[in-house]
Amino acid sequence: MIIKAEVKKGVYYDSVSLMQAARAASAVEEVAECSAVMGTRENKNILNLSGMLAPEAAAASDEDLLIVVKANNLDAASKALETVNSTLGKNKESDENVSGKRAFGLDNALKFLPNVNIAVVSVAGKYAGKLTEKCLDRNINVFLFSDNVSLKTEIMLKKKAEEKGLFLMGPDCGTSIINGVPLGFANVVRRGNIGIISAAGTGLQEVSTIISNEGAGISQAVGTGSRDIKKEVGGVTFLAGLSALKADNATEVVLLVSKPPDWPVMQKILKEAEGNKPVVAVFLGSDSRKYGGNIIYARTLEEGALKAAYLSMDGSDHKAKERIFDINTQVEKAAVAEARRKSKSHKYIRALYSGGTYAAEAQVIFSDLGIKTYSNVPLKKGNKLRSSLKLKENSVLDLGEDEFTVGRMHPMIDYSLRSKMIIEQAKDKSVSVILLDVVLGYGANMNPLTDLVPAIRESFKNNKGLSIVVSVCGTESDPQNRNRVTTGLRKEGVLVMPSNASATKLAAEILRYTFKKHRGKKHGRRLVVAGQRK
Amino acid sequence: MKLFNQKLKVVNVGLESFTESLRDSGTEYIQCEFRPPLVSDYSLFEKMKKKLALIEKANKRALERIINSKPVLVGMGRARDVICGMNGNFLLHAGPPVEWRDMCGPMKGGIIGALIYEGMARNFGEAEKLAASGKIKFSPCHQHNAVGPMAGIISPSMPVFILKNKVYGNFSYATMNEGLGKVLRYGAYSSEVIKRLKWMENVLYPTLKKSIEEFGEIDLKNIVAQALHMGDEVHNRNRAATSLFYRVLAPRIAKTSDPETAASVLEFINGNDHFFLNLSMALSKASLDAARNVKNSSVLVAMARNGTEFGIQLSGTAGRWFTGPASIPDALYFAGFSKKDANPDIGDSAITETAGLGGFAIAASPAIVQFVGGKASDAMRYTRQMYEITVGENNVYQIPYLDFRGTPTGIDVVRVVEKGILPFIDTGVAHKKPGIGQVGAGVLSAPAEPFVGAFKYFVRTVLSG
Repeated sequence: MIIKAEVKKGVYYDSVSLMQAARAASAVEEVAECSAVMGTRENKNILNLSGMLAPEAAAASDEDLLIVVKANNLDAASKALETVNSTLGKNKESDENVSGKRAFGLDNALKFLPNVNIAVVSVAGKYAGKLTEKCLDRNINVFLFSDNVSLKTEIMLKKKAEEKGLFLMGPDCGTSIINGVPLGFANVVRRGNIGIISAAGTGLQEVSTIISNEGAGISQAVGTGSRDIKKEVGGVTFLAGLSALKADNATEVVLLVSKPPDWPVMQKILKEAEGNKPVVAVFLGSDSRKYGGNIIYARTLEEGALKAAYLSMDGSDHKAKERIFDINTQVEKAAVAEARRKSKSHKYIRALYSGGTYAAEAQVIFSDLGIKTYSNVPLKKGNKLRSSLKLKENSVLDLGEDEFTVGRMHPMIDYSLRSKMIIEQAKDKSVSVILLDVVLGYGANMNPLTDLVPAIRESFKNNKGLSIVVSVCGTESDPQNRNRVTTGLRKEGVLVMPSNASATKLAAEILRYTFKKHRGKKHGRRLVVAGQRK
Repeated sequence: MKLFNQKLKVVNVGLESFTESLRDSGTEYIQCEFRPPLVSDYSLFEKMKKKLALIEKANKRALERIINSKPVLVGMGRARDVICGMNGNFLLHAGPPVEWRDMCGPMKGGIIGALIYEGMARNFGEAEKLAASGKIKFSPCHQHNAVGPMAGIISPSMPVFILKNKVYGNFSYATMNEGLGKVLRYGAYSSEVIKRLKWMENVLYPTLKKSIEEFGEIDLKNIVAQALHMGDEVHNRNRAATSLFYRVLAPRIAKTSDPETAASVLEFINGNDHFFLNLSMALSKASLDAARNVKNSSVLVAMARNGTEFGIQLSGTAGRWFTGPASIPDALYFAGFSKKDANPDIGDSAITETAGLGGFAIAASPAIVQFVGGKASDAMRYTRQMYEITVGENNVYQIPYLDFRGTPTGIDVVRVVEKGILPFIDTGVAHKKPGIGQVGAGVLSAPAEPFVGAFKYFVRTVLSG
């Protein structure tokens, strides 16, 4: 193995372009690994850990582009370097073919397009704060996708936004839908009268698509970034959004989604939720009984979405309960059928998620159903996986965590790592169910079938009796078309469910019926369905 | 929240894929190119912001001096007679200061050729020994009001053009352009090179000198302004400017020389599309020298390369050079050559960019867009981008395709560093070995290092004073 490095002084590319280029170069024959990163200290540390920090790379500075290749021979390494350069060059060229206007620098852009009212910011975290501040100073609302913005900066920026009466969605805000326009990673949903505030990115996508698929629609969907509900930040965006939705004529029902907010923030939310518009809330994993207030609580994203949908269409959430009952009946039927195919060794569930909110929701549901799970993002500390690559018993993995995404594209876009893990898990004969999410919409992988089906086929081949359960988050109007994706997956023998909650329940039920079959008992423990806890 | 009742108008900074949903939903948007600043220490910017008004005022003044300059060709003379500080042991070269041992191939070749041309050495071996002996003093052209393309060698007996800036009274100097192929400025020193230089000294020089001095000064700025309307950017393309210059010279030469000499001189100029390059460089130099030493100004008065290092000078930091390693240009190579043969960037010709010409005016020169990617829109984009790092626009040089907007002029090191946009330079490419000559032509962005160094020095010293 040899290491070859190239340092390009003062050359800058955004991280996505760099990762695409590195990925293309890694595919060159006899190349083990390729990394294209800016020469920051953190990036150099990462290279050092993987033994790829060549001496010339070590000397590079923040402003330099580093390309490092690990390969079997010099020829392959040179070819990889060439590939990186040509891929980056191509990106530059294709820039020119994009329609619409472009400009260099914020002020120049604002000159070209006057009266801009929102900025979508996705530059590297360490520059995002300054840029966001500049936008707020110019009275522009900001959708801040970037992560790695310090808490201190977030607090400062949100204070500024609050003072100026502007929205600051983020940092680390994955998605929003403002005035019908999808921002960031968002789906194409029906417009309607439900307003959403969410501190969970995938959570917002899940509820908005379920609502849309159910026939109801969205007035506004405001992402806040996951730290907004911490007491240090004080729920500034969450509360501003809630207050704006209450005042918004097009919004008749409000839906709140987040992990449990810190108590001081929760108190403010309860107060702000008062009024004559119904407010549905999913605070994933919280014991909502202690909250009270003028809020209709839901245990799962699906339940919250359905309740909001029927409140918006019927003025009552009664039908939501019927729908959940129907879904549970389907789940049970499917589980019975699957259990018939199982051998005695089929014992465990392995959930491999690209959406962080799903990993949290699955753990809540499994725990409600009495199934103990291990995770890299455990809800209970004691359930942490010692190694995120060594799954045990029932495990729930969030592949969107930093440990998997440093120098790599997000698993919603790049399926390669997850596909590898799916195949690996299926080889374990104790694995009975592989549970997955497929997130559609803007920003996500545009060819989910092409990228996922090979791993599915190989898994079924290696593990007779394996169940693969997938929830597909999306709508018919998404660029990938939900119908096409679900049909394609079903053709492969995948159990496709309409929500992560129902997919999770199906996984649990398969386990229960398999157990029952081998124990020979007539009745297992009754299924606790979402919504019945309250 | 007013936002819910407004039609969205979006500026997207960062990932371009986020504009797909905007385009599909018919939302008005603009993609904003973001580059991080070249310096990540924000405290330097904060420090500078406090004195921004002062800097801007100084920069305006520097720009005014650049664009109001009026250099004219007033005559010719031998380097040792007209260039200040030049004597028998002196050789001038392109770029920032460089010692013999650090010189690149073409620079060494140029020096060897010049020593043979001056009769100070008979052959390569003697010349090399003399150059390394310490008896010859090397000095940048820029420090003597002169400029030279590529290796930029000016030796004592070489004839030079004399330009006078009629508004500010300063002078500038440049040699006559030898043409393409094996030439001294690309490090070639064979007998044909020396022979041509001798012809230039003995025939071309007296003919031109007579024609200029007998009929009076020639307005070069006017020629450049016209040439920009005719497809030149007067760095990598000088065909129109050379033709215009030829039209001025031809009747003068016809009147002052015998027919045979006149024919050979005119044929030589006609056969060299780059004959005007040295004049456009000297013109730029005279304009920029007038803007030196404006207190608190962060405007560049020189960008120059010696084939090893790239150096810049600021108006407000006296004669100090800020340097960094020169990079290899992206180029179109002549048949049989590739990037492997290329020498790092070399020559004083980036003085044209410093004055708002060359790469900064490439939108005026669609004929040479192969160098920048093959499309006229690429050239437009590069010129547009340069407005981001300049203090203002030229009052004389215009770009027809940008509705006769003045070329971006007055590079501000603060803007360069803050916006992360580096000056864009057109250039020829020399073979890295001496004696071979030009192997291609292309473009490159200036390296970041000299700008970072200049910015830090500027903030630290100039602003604390």
